Amino acid sequence: MTPPFNSPIIELRGVVKRYGSVEALKATTLSLRAGVSVLLGPTGSGKSTLLRLLIGLSRPSSGEVLLWGQPLDPRTIGPLRRRLGYVIQEGGLFPHMTAAANVTLAARYFGWDVGRIERRLDELIELTHFPRAAMARFPTQLSGGQRQRVSLMRALMLGPELLLLDEPLGALDPMIRAELRTDLREIFRVLRQTVVLVTHDLVEAEFFADSIVLLRDGDVVQQGPLQELVEQPAEAFVTRFIQAQSRPGAPR
Amino acid sequence: MTRPSRGLIALSSVLLVALWGASCRGAPPEVRVGSKKFTESVVLGEILTQVMRSTGTRVEHRVQLGGTQVLWHALLAGEIDVYPEYTGTIREDILRETPPGEGDDSLRRALVARGVGMSDFLGFEDSYALGMSERDAARLGVTRVSDLRGLPRLRLAFSEEFLHRRDGWPALRKRYGLPQTEVRSLDHDLAYRALAAGDIDVIDLYTTDAEIPYYHMRTLADDLGHFPSYRAVILYRLDLPGRAASALASLSVLEGRIAASDMQRLNARVKLERLPEPVVAAAFLASALGMEEEAGGESRARRIGRYVAEHLALVTASLSAAILVGIPLGVAAARRRRLGAAILAVAGIIQTIPSLALLVLMIPLLGIGALPAVAALFFYSVLPIVRGTVTGLAVIPGGLIESADVLGLSSSARLLKVELPLASPSIMAGIQTSAVINVGTATLGALIGAGGLGQPILTGIRLDDLSVILEGAVPAALLALLVQALFAGLGRLVIPKGLRLRPDS
Repeated sequence: MTPPFNSPIIELRGVVKRYGSVEALKATTLSLRAGVSVLLGPTGSGKSTLLRLLIGLSRPSSGEVLLWGQPLDPRTIGPLRRRLGYVIQEGGLFPHMTAAANVTLAARYFGWDVGRIERRLDELIELTHFPRAAMARFPTQLSGGQRQRVSLMRALMLGPELLLLDEPLGALDPMIRAELRTDLREIFRVLRQTVVLVTHDLVEAEFFADSIVLLRDGDVVQQGPLQELVEQPAEAFVTRFIQAQSRPGAPR
Repeated sequence: MTRPSRGLIALSSVLLVALWGASCRGAPPEVRVGSKKFTESVVLGEILTQVMRSTGTRVEHRVQLGGTQVLWHALLAGEIDVYPEYTGTIREDILRETPPGEGDDSLRRALVARGVGMSDFLGFEDSYALGMSERDAARLGVTRVSDLRGLPRLRLAFSEEFLHRRDGWPALRKRYGLPQTEVRSLDHDLAYRALAAGDIDVIDLYTTDAEIPYYHMRTLADDLGHFPSYRAVILYRLDLPGRAASALASLSVLEGRIAASDMQRLNARVKLERLPEPVVAAAFLASALGMEEEAGGESRARRIGRYVAEHLALVTASLSAAILVGIPLGVAAARRRRLGAAILAVAGIIQTIPSLALLVLMIPLLGIGALPAVAALFFYSVLPIVRGTVTGLAVIPGGLIESADVLGLSSSARLLKVELPLASPSIMAGIQTSAVINVGTATLGALIGAGGLGQPILTGIRLDDLSVILEGAVPAALLALLVQALFAGLGRLVIPKGLRLRPDS
């Protein structure tokens, strides 16, 4: 069943997430459509909480998350997860497996044959500009940028319709960060996939985003293209946040 | 993902081969003789064994099993069929009540009610007595127990059994009104040496001890007649006549044939001349009863080989059971926090039970021999493995677990492909710790008839013979090192390569 064009991929209906008495995410109703959506906000604004709710790593205290119109619950989570790929902060590679084993783990688990795995691996190596020889190395033997590329390949292995990335450039030094950033945008463009990316960095958001979701203290402040945030800020915080990060030499 | 599974196969095949080797043993014996852990009992046990063997019966002698309670319960449980005992011990320690009438017949009737038969008197009495060095006794003018009343500063040391017997120290002290307060517990075989070294002044002794003349001891007269008579007899299960009538009947040749002087000389030949009990027993049977019996002399190398094989059987059986149970328990403990706390608490409590006590606790449940020893060693080995598994799983970063989940792995696939391989260094460390503890603790198995390298250590302590102790101690130490090396090697097979790399190498 193909959803109608430009219908929401992800919907949140009155979703609240509490940890004890702390509301990490206040009642949120939100739709994300095709293209690259960036969840943006300062540390502790609830953007990572929101991402975790989308992939079922945590369950809403109340409200409902829907993917492709289907509610995300313990019964549907298995089939739905096969349609999405996730790049965790710092990569989350399994240290006991080589890069190749990390990338192909899920495909082998789901019973792909060797030829299909090999072909897919070739596509991904080309797509991510990863040195083929390094596929036999273990994560500790790779550079930070290489690890992120392996993590990306692993997320893309099964050909997901939706790709989620949590601070994918967070722990990298500036040179590698710039290089990977360019490559990532190119990959997003080639794949034409729906992407949700979490960052605290306005420059990154501007670089990637078709649409930005700006969060503060567990609240969605405004959603829309950057230009809209600049020209029609929903409140004073939006302008303050943008100006703080636009100033040269501002702390990230 | 072939690595961890290949390692598991390697590990389990090593264990299987060892188990198979352990289970290969000869034909089962028809009669089993037991003996306590002092020389006289071992010599008597050996005499009984050789007499019964002369009728063509397959007889096994389970040497130096422990004290009275161990032997008695082993007899009741059918772990042994026959063992030498003393009437005083039967009265004071086994029946723990004074049966009506004074004679042996009253004892015999009380024993029959418990399914146990008693032979006639073997010919000698081996009573408890107190002893001092001849020199001190002469200097202080002590000849009788009563004479100790005026010497409150004497240092006393008694065997653990004597300290707790009904007719032992507490009763003796009350009867004679003895004032001494410095009373220590000391193994009987060490007591003579401690006394000779001047560390203590008065010990308990058995009147047929070989050391009495050797150490120039004076046996103090029991002038108030406190100690009951300890006449040597044979106890046997009443079902034995039905199974091995001729073997049991053959023992009657011993009745009235072993005099106290004979027994003291036999003890001396073992303890002072360092002859093996089978040889001493055979020589006695040949000279006193005209029996032709070859005492099967075993070469030292063969003997040590047998001890090592027995020891390895105990270790492999208990350790493999501990691995098979410990890892799943550890996984369960890591999954459910409250269950985990309970498992670790119970395992921790078991670990704090002294190993000797745990071994003895197993006897009423499982009898004597290898089975209770394996069970006790199993309980000791489980905790480090459970703890290693729990720790190994607990330190896995949450992000890796989440990555596995989001990739769509089921929880069992996640366990096998991600969690256990990541926890394997910690699990292997736990197994290695268990194995080394196990090899050491298994030496105590000899106390309850499990054999192994503890056997020569026990014998060596009893005979005060360092070379015999070393027959057990040196192989045990080497075995511990070997086991450590073996598990380090296994670690290389089981622990995935990626976890053994140094970062950025």
